[in-house]
Amino acid sequence: MDWTILLYKTIFLFIILLVTLLVAMYSTYGERKVAAFMQDRRGPNRAGPFGLLQPLADGVKMFMKEEIIPLTANRTLFILGPSIAMTTALLTGVVIPWGGTLIIGGREFSMQIADLNIGILYVFAMVSIGVYGIMIGGWASNNKYALLGAIRAASQMISYELAMGMSIVALVITTGSLSLHDIVTQQHGMHWNIFYQPLGFLIFITCAFAETNRAPFDLPECETELIGGYHTEYSSMKLGFYLFAEYINMFISSAVITTLYFGGYNMPFIDQLGLSPNTVTLLGTAFFFVKILSMIFLFMWIRWTLPRFRYDQLMNLGWKGLIPLAIFNILATGVYYYFTELT
Amino acid sequence: MQMLTDRSKVVSDKKMTFMERIYIPAIVKGMFITLKHFFGKKTTISYPEQKREFSKVYRGQHVLKRDDIGRERCTACGLCAVACPAEAITMIAAERKPGEENLYREEKYAAVYEINMLRCIFCGDCEDACPKEAIFLTDRIVASQYKRKPFIYGKDMLVEPLDPSKRIDISARQTENVNKFKLEKRFAHNK
Amino acid sequence: MTFLFYMLSAIMIISALLVVFSTNPINSVIYLIICFIAMAGHYILLNAQFLAVVHIIVYTGAIMVLFLFVIMLLNLNKAIIPQKSQLTRISAVVTGGLFFLVVLAATRQTFEIHPRYPFTGDIGLVKEVGKALFHEFLLPFEMSSVLFISAMVGAVMFGKKDN
Repeated sequence: MDWTILLYKTIFLFIILLVTLLVAMYSTYGERKVAAFMQDRRGPNRAGPFGLLQPLADGVKMFMKEEIIPLTANRTLFILGPSIAMTTALLTGVVIPWGGTLIIGGREFSMQIADLNIGILYVFAMVSIGVYGIMIGGWASNNKYALLGAIRAASQMISYELAMGMSIVALVITTGSLSLHDIVTQQHGMHWNIFYQPLGFLIFITCAFAETNRAPFDLPECETELIGGYHTEYSSMKLGFYLFAEYINMFISSAVITTLYFGGYNMPFIDQLGLSPNTVTLLGTAFFFVKILSMIFLFMWIRWTLPRFRYDQLMNLGWKGLIPLAIFNILATGVYYYFTELT
Repeated sequence: MQMLTDRSKVVSDKKMTFMERIYIPAIVKGMFITLKHFFGKKTTISYPEQKREFSKVYRGQHVLKRDDIGRERCTACGLCAVACPAEAITMIAAERKPGEENLYREEKYAAVYEINMLRCIFCGDCEDACPKEAIFLTDRIVASQYKRKPFIYGKDMLVEPLDPSKRIDISARQTENVNKFKLEKRFAHNK
Repeated sequence: MTFLFYMLSAIMIISALLVVFSTNPINSVIYLIICFIAMAGHYILLNAQFLAVVHIIVYTGAIMVLFLFVIMLLNLNKAIIPQKSQLTRISAVVTGGLFFLVVLAATRQTFEIHPRYPFTGDIGLVKEVGKALFHEFLLPFEMSSVLFISAMVGAVMFGKKDN
């Protein structure tokens, strides 16, 4: 056992955790600002300069609120729900390569916590466990609206996982690896996968919207019909966990999309600058975050542009639209590589 | 049918074309609209720092005027209370004692004069009804409170300060036209 | 590693028992999910990452969600299974145990378990699984996909409205 590596991984894990929470926290602020700007308003600007302390104020408010657990609710599961949602949301971050390798004191430190050779599938596994957070929370509330929201969420996530997985299959055909690290290194230069898999990207991002339960697919929690959906009965920090998990999911899925389709931490023309390897790595990480934040902005932009889908439209789009498209994409990719790269 | 506006659209049930059915052009179009608003001018007015200009005849918190030498004009006739559609005004009249001539203009005055700002609808009927030019609505805003009690404004809140430099300016509401109209109304029954 | 193995095994056995013993079906499903996740942990201990993750995606993420789905919709909140008498229960356990013993005794000598491949560290990785599936077991693999398609067609047929 190499203690330096262990220590490094532990510290890095904590940094990733903190950064994830921080980004998620400021996503709530960003969301409100973006929403406001798109509606010709100014958004939060009272707490601190430009309202930058607003997330803190919101957090304090969430903690101070009265905690209500309904009498008829299943107490254990009621508490378990938000915990699962939060945990699975945070767990996904460990396979994402946040940067290249740092060289400190002659040793190489990879900026990825775990380079699993099935990295993408791990992300999928976490997403599929994440459904339980919503389902269990919705059922344990013992409320019809919550149950309906949970059922909608679960069916939506299962349906869109299929199309998502299939869009990934086509991507895996092009990259030949399931490891996120390999996929990123292959995209060095401007060989971003989006140029090779534009259709796959469209399918993937649509499904990512559905998986994170965000508009236009936010019908598990739509206020007008289900008065909040699965978190109708939740209050205080448990509600905060659910809302927060959504933002963490958004951050993580932005990171995954960037890793898979936008070259991860690769920066174009970085090799020509002749910088030291450590500078390249750090610049790459910074650029990675720029990409992630633009992706988060895209998420918000779409949320405040498109109206919500109806349930049957959602199912139609998923099963009759995206899945056949994804299958077609797999076939087309397969045929292309069969004829061009016979091995 | 006669259309009331020229903005009505005929709804059709036609099949969407392929380009319409893949939604993406429509989505991109919508996103550019929101982006335009993103960089557009904001319509919000940041209230305490930046105040919206009031209309010249804005009707806000009332004032009980004094005359030029600082005597209260109100004679507690009760016409304002009668005119008030929200029944927000109450008063108790008292007789002027000798030696108080520099305080009250008329022989009768209002010992207590209260306006309930929660009931008041700021219609300005009290101002119209007043024969003594004593009550006016000004462009001051009634402050918000946490309890109901402080909303009942007594004479301490309503009567304008004695100091001539701190008098409330009501010239915007007492233009020549208004005065003429009031005079005409006062003598209307003589015709 | 040994400690992890025993811990995972303990979790698996306890949760598997709780699946059977808990009266609330929702709790049963949740214990089953825990059991499956512990099983995925065992796969990881064997360095079979691919199997572990696919196990989580397919069983935990898809099949158990559907289980949970159905149970939630059926609203089996309270135990509605009629209670059997104590005597019936005991006799059922004894009979079942005896039957199990007989079957075990009868089949104990009939076959021996020969591992087809010697166990190596990377047998469960994507590459090895893929090679095994697409070289040696190509026919059964493709047959099972045909089976899946027929199952899907059957489900669609059931789902269609009568006309």
